[in-house]
Amino acid sequence: MISMVALSFCLLLTAVRFAIGPTLPDRITAFDLIVADVIGIIAIYTEFTGNEDYIDVAIILSLFGFLGSISFAYYLMKITK
Amino acid sequence: MTMLENIDWNLLKEIISCVFILSGVMFMLVATIGLLRLPDFYIRMSAITKGSTLGLGLILFGLGIYFNQPSMLLKVLAVITFTFITAPVAAHVIGRTAVQNKIPFWKHTNLNEFKKYLHREHLEEIVNYDKYEEKVLRKKKAAAREDNVE
Repeated sequence: MISMVALSFCLLLTAVRFAIGPTLPDRITAFDLIVADVIGIIAIYTEFTGNEDYIDVAIILSLFGFLGSISFAYYLMKITK
Repeated sequence: MTMLENIDWNLLKEIISCVFILSGVMFMLVATIGLLRLPDFYIRMSAITKGSTLGLGLILFGLGIYFNQPSMLLKVLAVITFTFITAPVAAHVIGRTAVQNKIPFWKHTNLNEFKKYLHREHLEEIVNYDKYEEKVLRKKKAAAREDNVE
């Protein structure tokens, strides 16, 4: 329970950085941390409910988070050149 | 032998997994505070890459201990391996993009070994934060002048 509250607090702080982040790469890294936080929240929710199927969601989310940040960086590189 | 029978293994398992998960959440919290407080994009990125990778690994490991089944442990290990491989790669790619995009460094960062690369790539202006701010100001002034002309 405490860990769930703490992770939600993390999510909120990351959203603050996402809003005020002075540059675009800052926002990309904040997005990365948001994905990591959400994976942690899903893991703890899995432990609460005792349903094993939710961990598959975490696998897929870790995959797509990586893809998202890589493609953001790639297109950012392409825009400037 | 009587000692071993008296132990409540379920409670022990829950306590161990709880310790792992709470330490992971603490690492996550430290990473987030670092993201908010640190002065420069590169330092922030290093903080959240290390902190969130370790925190996520600990949380998922605690989950694997809690469920105590081989299939669950396999899935958890898959997620951990994937995170440990991809997080540094993503951080490296974003950091290189930031250098190419001339994101300024913090003024106390020691860049002596990095200067040669910057010189080769014609990126020297990002070394000086004051110069970067000047440039932004000049851009703003130019935009204001254009507005006046219109």
